Amino acid sequence: MAQTLPTTEEALTSQVELDDSGLGPGGAGPGESGPGGPGGSGGYLGGVPQRTYLTGLTMGLAAILMFFMAFVSAFIVRKGLSNDWRAFPLPSILYVNTLILLASSFTIQAARRRLARADAAGFRHWWFMTTALGLLFLAGQWTAWRQLAREGVYLATNPSSSFFYVLTAAHGLHLLGGIVALVAIAFWNWKRARITRATAAEMAAVYWHFLDGLWIFLFLLLKLGQ
Amino acid sequence: MSAEAHVVSHAPHAPRGFIRRYIFSTDHKVIGIQYWLLALAAVSVGMVLSWLFRAHLAWPNAAIPGFGGVMKPEQYLALVTMHGTIMIFFVLTVAPQSGFGNYFLPIQIGADDMAFPRLNMLSFWITFVAFLVLVSAFFTSAGAPINGWTSYPPLSAVGSIAGPGQGTGETLWVISIALFCLASLLTALNFISTTIEMRTQGMSLMRMPLTVWGWFVTAVLGLLAFGVLLAACILVLLDRLAATSFFIPAGLVFSDTQPPLTHAGGSPLLWEHLFWFFGHPEVYIAILPAMGITSHVLSSFSRKPVFGYKAMAYSLCAIGFLSFTVWGHHMFVSGMSPYSALAFSFLTLAIGVPSAIKTFNWLGTLWGGRIHFTAAMLFAIGFVSLFVTGGLSGLFLAQPSIDLPLHDTYFVIAHFHIVMGVAAIFGIFAGTYYWFPKMFGRKMNEKLGKAHFWITFAGAYLIFMPMHWMGIMGALRRYADPGGLPFLERMAPIDLFITIAAFITGAAQLLFYFNFFWSLRHGEKAGENPWHATTLEWTIPSPPPHGNFVEIPRVYRGPYEYGLPGYKEDFLPQHLTPEQVAKMAT
Repeated sequence: MAQTLPTTEEALTSQVELDDSGLGPGGAGPGESGPGGPGGSGGYLGGVPQRTYLTGLTMGLAAILMFFMAFVSAFIVRKGLSNDWRAFPLPSILYVNTLILLASSFTIQAARRRLARADAAGFRHWWFMTTALGLLFLAGQWTAWRQLAREGVYLATNPSSSFFYVLTAAHGLHLLGGIVALVAIAFWNWKRARITRATAAEMAAVYWHFLDGLWIFLFLLLKLGQ
Repeated sequence: MSAEAHVVSHAPHAPRGFIRRYIFSTDHKVIGIQYWLLALAAVSVGMVLSWLFRAHLAWPNAAIPGFGGVMKPEQYLALVTMHGTIMIFFVLTVAPQSGFGNYFLPIQIGADDMAFPRLNMLSFWITFVAFLVLVSAFFTSAGAPINGWTSYPPLSAVGSIAGPGQGTGETLWVISIALFCLASLLTALNFISTTIEMRTQGMSLMRMPLTVWGWFVTAVLGLLAFGVLLAACILVLLDRLAATSFFIPAGLVFSDTQPPLTHAGGSPLLWEHLFWFFGHPEVYIAILPAMGITSHVLSSFSRKPVFGYKAMAYSLCAIGFLSFTVWGHHMFVSGMSPYSALAFSFLTLAIGVPSAIKTFNWLGTLWGGRIHFTAAMLFAIGFVSLFVTGGLSGLFLAQPSIDLPLHDTYFVIAHFHIVMGVAAIFGIFAGTYYWFPKMFGRKMNEKLGKAHFWITFAGAYLIFMPMHWMGIMGALRRYADPGGLPFLERMAPIDLFITIAAFITGAAQLLFYFNFFWSLRHGEKAGENPWHATTLEWTIPSPPPHGNFVEIPRVYRGPYEYGLPGYKEDFLPQHLTPEQVAKMAT
């Protein structure tokens, strides 16, 4: 059942075309189902179609979304049930952080476009730019925490601040995971990996956009929901 | 990825070192057995705990060995709490889904492993650590938590002021469950990706064995439910350790000598909503895999196709969907608006429809079949019996007006033990007797298996039927001692009866332990397909080699082609080509 798999370089150059067909390298198309060669959605001996990784990621995102929705519904219920909720002004650096994270969604797309064109140097440039923007966002969130602490707004000060810290910390930890993934993708030895760099980069980008959108939602909730 | 690297990384032989092969293995079959053995260890602990508190209920004034005299109420509550937690999480969630699902889902869909084998290994080891963290609560100075497996705040949120075990013990409980949630999310992600992406050619959704449907729907429930419990665990941990007030209301006083707590404004109801949003799907996480196993085994040993295969698959999905809409029926007594209660009540009763479809189809599968009463078959039939019995008492509890007086009584204990506890355990037993030959190459002893079934089946009813009557008579849950309450004291003979039944039923499980470990070495050799069954796991050697298949099979037909007229054999395996089948015609 050994199928000839494209090399890393081929995988890189053919990514645009593969994206159009919705299949990663290695996955047989639905039409090519000859006898003895399981194709379609089937796996083949010793490895999985690249699409599987994206399916796994989608499932992971669904779980993460439920995790955050639990916090969000707790936020709404806790606020609605109580009479001790006191709003506090959000640090204005959060606007800057939001812009930084938005910008990083564009840079990660730029990096993927370079990857699709097999422009390794360009890919690295924009990939590291995204990583740097991610770190900058986390530093900005930390600064926001420090500002609040200086004003005497701590985790246990009020339910409003409790939820602020919980939501920003949970989001920040997920983003930190994204940064680890970005660094790993930059330095991984792709010759020995089952997953192609193109797929890994696509996963990282989808995850990154998800956290970007999630942050905008959380920011609006914290801003307007208070 | 180069072709060479591809071949090297997927060499068809298992890793040679003992640790990589049996301990930190990425092979789904090894991981499945690891989960199964973890559940066996957990169920043994959980059962011993239940013996201890049952002994106290039967002889409230007798000294219990190991408790330094008569059992104290807090010791009783700690036993009940740990019994429930261990059984629900580490037995009913682990064995039918992560155990059998890991072992057989990839094989039954014609895959060589799970989609993400290393993630799979990580899931198991996180689950293992979670179990150790939970059990370690027994060895803290104040003992295990006493707030029940549902961990309601404020008791669970305020620390040791709420009682012994509510300090470090409860913190360990929360950490353990948070870890368990994380592991279960990774497992669910893996199961879903595997089912969607790894099915072999010809294995359309409507050709999947119903076991696969059960594991798949269960994984979807797990994926959407465990994240919510994880979030709730984090919030309660912050209430305990960081002085927040998510769940703790204002002005709580626990003793005359201590001032009111400084927390304010929190809501215990918030925990109940988050917990039961997870908690009700959890009931189905325990039972849906057992439903799949039951359908599979009933068809195999009736030598008939599953009656209404599509209706079985769709009703699994319907039960899964509805399970997210009914959590409020656990909270009828919490002061819920009667209108909300009505909505939750109707939705709960609606689950009766797909459940009844499944039950009638199981009976339809048995109807007119050439039934082989193997141990696996008996346990599958036992599952149907218990599911019907426990489901019927559910119809009572789904009515808010009836739930109000019954909610905190033994009626509820009887209901959920029969319908999700013992029924799911019967599913596990059916799966074990059925798949043991595939997993270990030998059959379990049928005579011992049948004796095990009859004692366990009778025992389950003898233990839990009287609890319904006790509940109707007003016997309250969580009371360690009926002393001083005449209406409870009058029920003492029933308590004694239940305890003796529990001891005998528990002792009968030794038959199972013995049968299991004895058959590993001395059981009758099984061969590839001892049950003459149709699905893909029976087309490969027992036990299956690393990588499962020499060549990934192609599938040509549905999973339950038994007893078709006009063929020499009474079963058509899924992988036979139409030409091979044509040769079998008479």
